[in-house]
Amino acid sequence: METAISMTDVHKHFGRTHALDGLDLSVRTGEVHGFLGPNGAGKSTTIRVLLGLLRADSGKATLLGGDPWRDATSLHRRLAYVSGDVTLWPALSGGEIIDLLGRLRGGLNVKRRQELIERFELDPRKKARTYSKGNRQKVGLIAALASDVELLLLDEPTSGLDPLMEAVFQECVNEERRAGRTVLLSSHILAEVESLCDRVSIIRKGRVVETGTLAELRHLTRTSITAELTAEPGDLAALPGVHDLRTEGAHVTFEVDTSRIDGALKALTAVGVRSLTSRPPTLEELFLRHYEDELKPGPAEDGASTS
Amino acid sequence: MNFAGTWSLVRLALRRDRILLPVWLIAFALILQSAVATFTKLYDTAQERAELAASVASNPTFEALYGPLYGDSTGAFLSWRYGTTIGVFAALMSLLIAVRHTRAEEETGRLELVRAGVVGRLAPLTSSLITVYLANLVLFALTAAITAGGGLDGAGSIAFAFQITVNGVVFGTLAGLTAQITESARFASGLAGLALGGCYLLRAVGDTGGPAWLSWLSPIGWALRLRPFEENAWWVLGLFAALTAVLLTGAYSLQRRRDFGAGLVAPRPGPATARPSLRTPLALAWRLQRGLLLGWVIGFVLLGAVFGGAANGVEDIFDSNPQLMEVLERLDQGSIIDIYMTMIMGITALIVSVYSIQATLRLRAEETGLLAEPVLATGVGRVKWAAGHLAFAVIGPAVLLLTAGAAMGLVYGAAVGDVGGQLTSSLRSSAVQLPAVWVLTGLAVALFGLAPRLAALAWAALVVFVLLGQLGPILQLDQWAMDLSPFTHVPAPSASTFDAAPLLWLLALAAALTTAGLTGLRRRDIASAG
Ligand SMILES: Nc1ncnc2c1ncn2[C@@H]1O[C@H](COP(=O)(O)OP(=O)(O)O)[C@@H](O)[C@H]1O
Ligand SMILES: [Mg+2]
Repeated sequence: METAISMTDVHKHFGRTHALDGLDLSVRTGEVHGFLGPNGAGKSTTIRVLLGLLRADSGKATLLGGDPWRDATSLHRRLAYVSGDVTLWPALSGGEIIDLLGRLRGGLNVKRRQELIERFELDPRKKARTYSKGNRQKVGLIAALASDVELLLLDEPTSGLDPLMEAVFQECVNEERRAGRTVLLSSHILAEVESLCDRVSIIRKGRVVETGTLAELRHLTRTSITAELTAEPGDLAALPGVHDLRTEGAHVTFEVDTSRIDGALKALTAVGVRSLTSRPPTLEELFLRHYEDELKPGPAEDGASTS
Repeated sequence: MNFAGTWSLVRLALRRDRILLPVWLIAFALILQSAVATFTKLYDTAQERAELAASVASNPTFEALYGPLYGDSTGAFLSWRYGTTIGVFAALMSLLIAVRHTRAEEETGRLELVRAGVVGRLAPLTSSLITVYLANLVLFALTAAITAGGGLDGAGSIAFAFQITVNGVVFGTLAGLTAQITESARFASGLAGLALGGCYLLRAVGDTGGPAWLSWLSPIGWALRLRPFEENAWWVLGLFAALTAVLLTGAYSLQRRRDFGAGLVAPRPGPATARPSLRTPLALAWRLQRGLLLGWVIGFVLLGAVFGGAANGVEDIFDSNPQLMEVLERLDQGSIIDIYMTMIMGITALIVSVYSIQATLRLRAEETGLLAEPVLATGVGRVKWAAGHLAFAVIGPAVLLLTAGAAMGLVYGAAVGDVGGQLTSSLRSSAVQLPAVWVLTGLAVALFGLAPRLAALAWAALVVFVLLGQLGPILQLDQWAMDLSPFTHVPAPSASTFDAAPLLWLLALAAALTTAGLTGLRRRDIASAG
């Protein structure tokens, strides 16, 4: 089977909200596919349609060769799902919930469960009502990662995780890739998707507006560079891919197309660098630049938000 | 500032309850309004009232349910028939509101946002108690206005308004205290509810031949001793003031002593791995629902035993009264004990319906709490998931009714030396109620599956059925209106003309409603956060 997920012209309304507006999505078997979009773009709705929790108004969706609505229960034995806001039964312990969800799916790998509990530093004896947001996410992640499934549907799974645990999560996803599993990872943080995914689909207002490998999407992203040089630089603006250059003596700030970053850095080191900070482009900037017309300025969302 | 922000929180609570509270209060007002109208119109001569008093005195069922009747004035009847009933429901309303704005908010984490703002440590408790007291104040004013407006004595109306609202204050405050004990809101309202049920039963035992001082242990017994319209014993209010003060002190000292989000009792750590049996939706539902069912079973053992004990005096009265015996035979519903048991079980069935709706709507609570989603994303289908909880909504009522029936039959049978015979007839009178209760289960399932946002309307249906049963005969409603309630169709189990057909119809209706609901569930969207 070549494609694990394929969706064509899928629509979904909630009253007057057009949550999915002709969505096309294709995820190949064995790849880690990033599903990137700002809050409210329709990521969770897409995943809930794939889980058969929501019924699409129109369009065609295929999941692991089956129909996500009609064949829901048999397909679910072959996949695991983690939501962006894992909710747990307050009176059950984390360990009980991991086991229960694993068994309901048809069994879980006990050795891997133990290993994951240690790596994520979860205390499985605590009652779920005493877990913090991050710990609840860990319970969901461990339950999903410890089961032997073909496909992982992860909907902003790292919200509330600290950077250390985020790193553990990334290791785990890389292991899944090596084991040949397919992963659909939704996120609104570009950096997360960049470091993990083979291919990326960008969703906006219920439509996928770009799909491709990261290299193919490089042209979309720019990195901001601020540098303190040892001398006044020459004409940096002439370098390919450099934009918005500002020079004040030996202090420069500019943006550079991520695919051209190497040339820009060489030019800087040729002059001599005292200090340098680079900031990866945020998703908001990416969207502002490429789809400016419709994105309203709003408070930037961070990794802790849920939707 | 421990109390900073109290008033903003009161406003927030009133806003959140802007539908719930008026619904409760309007329901109370409607019942009172029609009760005042009926009692003043239908029983307006001294002779009619004397006859009513005599028939009340002859039937201990009434004493057990409502308490003693303290006179034969219109006001005395009103206070006897509705004072305890509405008082208990006002107490229920109050304890639910108190928990809703304290522990429930803390448990969901919403209060954390509020507390992080300019809000003092004691403000959430204080504001929810103020909300409860305001609700009872409005009920007090409504009651006094409706009764006095119906032409009844002014001072008596005030005393009656106190009778109805004092237990709202007491049990609302008690819930403020139980909310401090553990992290769970269900525990807080469960414990306060159990106390309410216990106090009601204590009074029932005290008022029906048990030691009379038992009634004095129960605030529900005290409220009756106000004797509105007869004596207006204002000093009884002192007891309530003292008890409320004690409960308040308790609630505040517990609140000061504990951390935010925590209870007094630190939660014990659970097992690191699940038992082998925790592997099906039914096993999960059992974990989630067993506490509720156990609490109800305990309550129903007590209830059955109390009413079984009260049955003791029934037969004596009739043995000494041949005229009444004649009336009975004409009624053709079996012996006086059979009639008594049927009546008690009719009321019990209404209470069991509360459980059946509660157990069914747990499905909706799981869904909107996003706890259905993780289960439905595994290999579990929707119907199988629902069936886990529905097992409780279907089997639970049977367990409860038969428990109450068995306790009643055993206690009464032991007293009259005929355990086998009495047990059979009390179990029979409890079993006939079951199909009607299942109709409510079915209705709740149908709403949940077909119109999930309206699932709470199952409660409204129960309220309508209760009102039809309670007020229908007094208001002399038409038969078609009475027929709306499934409980109207329950046949008398001991009548010589006993006909099981209505039971089969009720069963068929319950099954059809359940099927419709499950079909709807299979076709609809599962609620997401939005
Ligand atoms: N159950 C629902 N009812 C109404 N609107 C919804 C519901 N679920 C999602 N939406 C709306 O659909 C849009 C897409 O939401 P969602 O898929 O959750 O976005 P994302 O996960 O990308 O943040 C949003 O505008 C959201 O408000
Ligand atoms: Mg989302």
